[in-house]
Amino acid sequence: MSEKKILEESSLILNRRSFLGKSALGVGGAALASVMGCNLFDTSENGVLSPANNLSGAKGILNGLHHPAKIKRVIYLFQSGGPSQLELFDYKPLLNVRRGEELPESIRNGQRLTGMTSGQASFPLVGSQFDFKRYGKNGTWISDLLPYTSKIVDDICIIKSMYTEAINHDPAVTFFQTGSQQPGRPSIGSWLSYGIGSENDNLPAFTVLLSRGTGRPQGQPLYTRLWGNGFLHSLHQGVQFRAAKDPVLYLNDPKGTTKDTKRAMLDQLAALNDKHYQEFGDPEIQSRIAQYEMAYRMQTSVPNVMNIDDEPDYIYKMYGTDAKIPGTYAANCLLARKLAEKDVRFIQLYHMGWDQHADLPNALSKQAKDVDQASAALVADLKQRGLLEDTLIVWGGEFGRTNYSQGPLTADTYGRDHHPRSFSMWMAGGGIKPGIVHGETDDFGYNIVRDPVHVHDFQATMLHLLGIDHKKLTYKYQGRRFRLTDVEGHIIKNILA
Amino acid sequence: MKKIEWQILSIRFIKKITLILLIVIGAFSCKNEANYSEIAMSTKDMAKIPDKIDFTFHVKPIISDRCFKCHGPDKNAIEGDFSMVTPEDAYKLLGKEKDHYAIVPGNVEKSELVNRIFSTDANVVMPPPESNLDLTNYEKEILKKWIEQGAEYKTHWAFTPPQKQAIPDNNENWGNNEIDAFILKKIKENNLSPSATAPKEKLIRRVTFDLTGLPPSPSDIDDFLADTSENAYEKVIDKLLDSQDYAENMASEWMDIARYADTHGYQDDFERIMWPWRDWVIHAFNKNMPYDKFVTDQLAGDLLPNASLEQILATGFNRNHKITYEGGVIPEEYRVEYVEDRTQTFGTAFLGLTLECARCHDHKYDPISQEEHFSFYSFFNNIDEQGLVPGGRNTIPKPFINITEKEKEDVLSFVQLQKSSRKNLPVMVMQEMEKPRQTYVLDRGAYDQPTTEVFPNTPTAILAFPEAYPKNRLGLAKWLFNPDNPLTARVAVNRFWQRMFGTGLVASSFDFGNQGALPTHPELLDFLAIKLRDEGWDTKKILKYIALSATYQQQTIITKEALEKDPTNKLLARAPRIRLSAEMIRDQALAISGLLNKEIGGPSVKPYQPEGLWKETTGGGGGSTASYIPSEGKDLYRKSLYTFWKRTVPPPSMMTFDASSRDLCSVIRQETNTPLQALVLLNDPQLVEASRVLASNAMISSGDVTNQIKSIFKSATSRLPDAEELEALNGYYSNMLSKIKNEEVNAADYLSIGATKLDKTMAVEDLAALALTAHTILNLDETITKG
Repeated sequence: MSEKKILEESSLILNRRSFLGKSALGVGGAALASVMGCNLFDTSENGVLSPANNLSGAKGILNGLHHPAKIKRVIYLFQSGGPSQLELFDYKPLLNVRRGEELPESIRNGQRLTGMTSGQASFPLVGSQFDFKRYGKNGTWISDLLPYTSKIVDDICIIKSMYTEAINHDPAVTFFQTGSQQPGRPSIGSWLSYGIGSENDNLPAFTVLLSRGTGRPQGQPLYTRLWGNGFLHSLHQGVQFRAAKDPVLYLNDPKGTTKDTKRAMLDQLAALNDKHYQEFGDPEIQSRIAQYEMAYRMQTSVPNVMNIDDEPDYIYKMYGTDAKIPGTYAANCLLARKLAEKDVRFIQLYHMGWDQHADLPNALSKQAKDVDQASAALVADLKQRGLLEDTLIVWGGEFGRTNYSQGPLTADTYGRDHHPRSFSMWMAGGGIKPGIVHGETDDFGYNIVRDPVHVHDFQATMLHLLGIDHKKLTYKYQGRRFRLTDVEGHIIKNILA
Repeated sequence: MKKIEWQILSIRFIKKITLILLIVIGAFSCKNEANYSEIAMSTKDMAKIPDKIDFTFHVKPIISDRCFKCHGPDKNAIEGDFSMVTPEDAYKLLGKEKDHYAIVPGNVEKSELVNRIFSTDANVVMPPPESNLDLTNYEKEILKKWIEQGAEYKTHWAFTPPQKQAIPDNNENWGNNEIDAFILKKIKENNLSPSATAPKEKLIRRVTFDLTGLPPSPSDIDDFLADTSENAYEKVIDKLLDSQDYAENMASEWMDIARYADTHGYQDDFERIMWPWRDWVIHAFNKNMPYDKFVTDQLAGDLLPNASLEQILATGFNRNHKITYEGGVIPEEYRVEYVEDRTQTFGTAFLGLTLECARCHDHKYDPISQEEHFSFYSFFNNIDEQGLVPGGRNTIPKPFINITEKEKEDVLSFVQLQKSSRKNLPVMVMQEMEKPRQTYVLDRGAYDQPTTEVFPNTPTAILAFPEAYPKNRLGLAKWLFNPDNPLTARVAVNRFWQRMFGTGLVASSFDFGNQGALPTHPELLDFLAIKLRDEGWDTKKILKYIALSATYQQQTIITKEALEKDPTNKLLARAPRIRLSAEMIRDQALAISGLLNKEIGGPSVKPYQPEGLWKETTGGGGGSTASYIPSEGKDLYRKSLYTFWKRTVPPPSMMTFDASSRDLCSVIRQETNTPLQALVLLNDPQLVEASRVLASNAMISSGDVTNQIKSIFKSATSRLPDAEELEALNGYYSNMLSKIKNEEVNAADYLSIGATKLDKTMAVEDLAALALTAHTILNLDETITKG
């Protein structure tokens, strides 16, 4: 049988199944699952499905959605390290006026500082070295560092009033991605894979793309637990798509062999495994056969989606020439669009290097240049394809940066420490009011004065857009029902369209 | 299901009917994604309300899960002044007017609880809609009938000491020891029968994997088949328990429990040196150290009278938690995390309790107050440690001991110092401060919110802390092994059971509390717990005893009837069919190909790993964990137990097969079945190389292709292929050979994978065809299954 034909046939067979094999259960599936003793569902003590958990053909654990969804998928452009809101989105001319003056105690108001500046004798205020101008219908202030983002300002919602409790990278990034500062909980993408499953039969529901910033190439590290499944089934872990020989780990056939050899091997395996199943009756054997077929399909589907050679020139003009270099942020944004087109549920990008403790003006210019054009292009590209309506794009880091200089403030340079109490991020896409600014900080850019948004609020809102009540997507582990938003989280109603 | 269950599924000839089958296959891939709180009960009984309601088995799981959140042990969370924890609370007069009762034993009409749970009024119904908890009709009926029958309470089963149990009568001609009497009783109650004994090939494969983590060698199998003496099987067990492989295999599980890693875990994730502690664990299993001593040394070896350096080294157990080097942190915040981690590990590993759930408030389900949580915590709070380690990546956090040639010669002969390039190994241990650090309840668990001072103590609901015991970790260890401690022996023996059967008698081996699973065989659990305790906490002895049971030796075939009556195999009317662990899969490939390097201990090694994996996530911290430099030569082929564990980027092929991340103490692994696993088995260079070496060895021992295939098949599955399988594999071999000859396969390229030199004495085409055949055999479901 030709490869193409097999692919067609198996995708026909499996087209109602989720990528990683556990969802897409119809009602019959639910009954069967309980017969098979698979506790996919929160069963009562007696294995009887409680009404709230009865399946109605939905994929994932949820019994349909809690309310109609505005979006089907998320692209999360995570800017790792803590981008400075003061040089990018939160325009504070007062800091330029009072440059070099001490941060008033009334403003700091007991905020705990990181170990890096808590010993500093002086906290000299410093304003942005980059100018801001007004853009869009509402005249939103955007920094000169973001010339492309300034052009899409009418499509995005800027939140200037984000805050977190974490003051250091590891706990702060972990908090954004898992809802808890300490490691061990599932990441957002894993929750979605568990909750609502996949829309694509040949690709993972949760994919991860990494890139390294030019502003601080040796910045903060990342950890695979950020896309880990925590206590959820490992079927829900994020799958890293890499700009390496193996775009997904272990994807490539051993050298010297071909697809045809692989097909022959799988056929042989299936026949022998099936014979074994006839003897032992263990359904896991059948599952194994199916998973090998899925692996086989991935070997085609992943390289296909990763191949950006066929993109026309105007696309590269939009995303920038970096987009031709695999592994760059721009290339990853382009890939993100392709994955979105394939209905991958959660597409997580990480761009490292936003940790400007020193040499901020120089390093931040490079970081901004890394991401500005491609981020804006992604919004525009999805829009022109009609995909922005049901996709959420998120741009932001784990915390902001202080309004005072870390280390000496000189005529042409300064640094900024981590600031958890206020920072900016933006969102765009389905269900989000475009062209607005939400929240406000004081004139010092230190405290929030209007509409604070906590990390859990952001997470609750993202789930809400996907049709999920964040309080109801739970997993019982070690006796407790866990959720992404822990015990907090309020939907940010004012940004909803 | 009945209709399609026995349908032949052939991927090549899938017809429409199998569409349904395939859709539901997803459901099968979910072993262990468990809501563990279930009861052994056949599906037939599911909807039937029992005649006599039992508090422990029927009522408690419901009220704990649905009611305790607001009416449970957390006294600060009690709603409506109504608690259901004790009968006194549950039966008391309620309301401002003191005019009603939630529960009136024997009187359903007067019991407001019944009224509330059956109410359709959203303002009245319990649990309230906003709790996102609800009761099924079955559960409502259970609660109603319980009240009708007198609303009797019983102490939580796990908090009363194990009771001596009468051995059930066994009139059947089945069974080898007491285990079988207990198991058989339940099997018969459910109208099932035990399965026949597994074929000898399967049995030796199963027991060899369970005890040593490796497959039996072909000669082990032949010897066993040839040995017709009555105690042939027992001799196999004795030999296995006597091997170094046993000790390493036991250590392998202990690494998960002890959250062992070779790096510090947070942020830059620098290297640490804890492997001498791991060498001690192997040493301890090797000499069959009794479990009580094994645990006492690890918890409090430093506090024993005249503590030896070995006993101090053992306390490294408490220091295997993550430690941060991230510049900006507030040290005390992290120091508190370390103490919490030690406390949590103690709870999970030895008590089977979720002590961590009482950090921010009283436990919602179990009788552990926040104050009692911090009393536990205070045992672990007295070492002179720092939340943030000053001095950068090469500083080992204090307190630590230095191991040099002198220490090795004096006491620590088992530490494989000579394998290290260092002459001095700083290993973190416990060392009590002279003046204990003051410990406080931390409001909401926050490091900077101390409230009431607390002192070392244990919850009375479990076992009061005897006055005579020292109020330190040594006293805590004594308390743990006090004969009246209701949990220690049960938790330990349950884990031994779990390693032999895949699932414990208490499925939630991490939680014996109110939210945990109930024991499927409570009497057997008590019997085994007492046996373990009274016979000297002898690990080898109890494992041998379990292995000798007829229950353990059953075959795995799942009949249609058994699948219907007991889908999850709680009754054990058949042996479970268990996939090999991540370590076993790789170690088996190494062992059967002859690549395995059986050296013991020493610094962890770096086998094959996809290029660039560490580099692409690393920060500016530098050091030995910034980029992965694979080991060379025979260090590539050490057992997986010795694979270097970088916590923030753990070995991907092992994680794919459900290894624990080592972030926290873990006493059970998931068993999943995913496409990423298929990719590892199909494409990991280690598997390809092992296939080639396996083929090459087969060609050396025989010139005949059929014999070569037979020997490879036997190495991988522990049995010879039948005629049909042999024909299929021969056909496959010929097919591959012609592809190679047609140059559809580049044999030279395929054979060049892996660091082992190619044996040039044999024909490349033949070797490649046989290697591809071996590679297929290594991918069989049977090959990655125990037996």
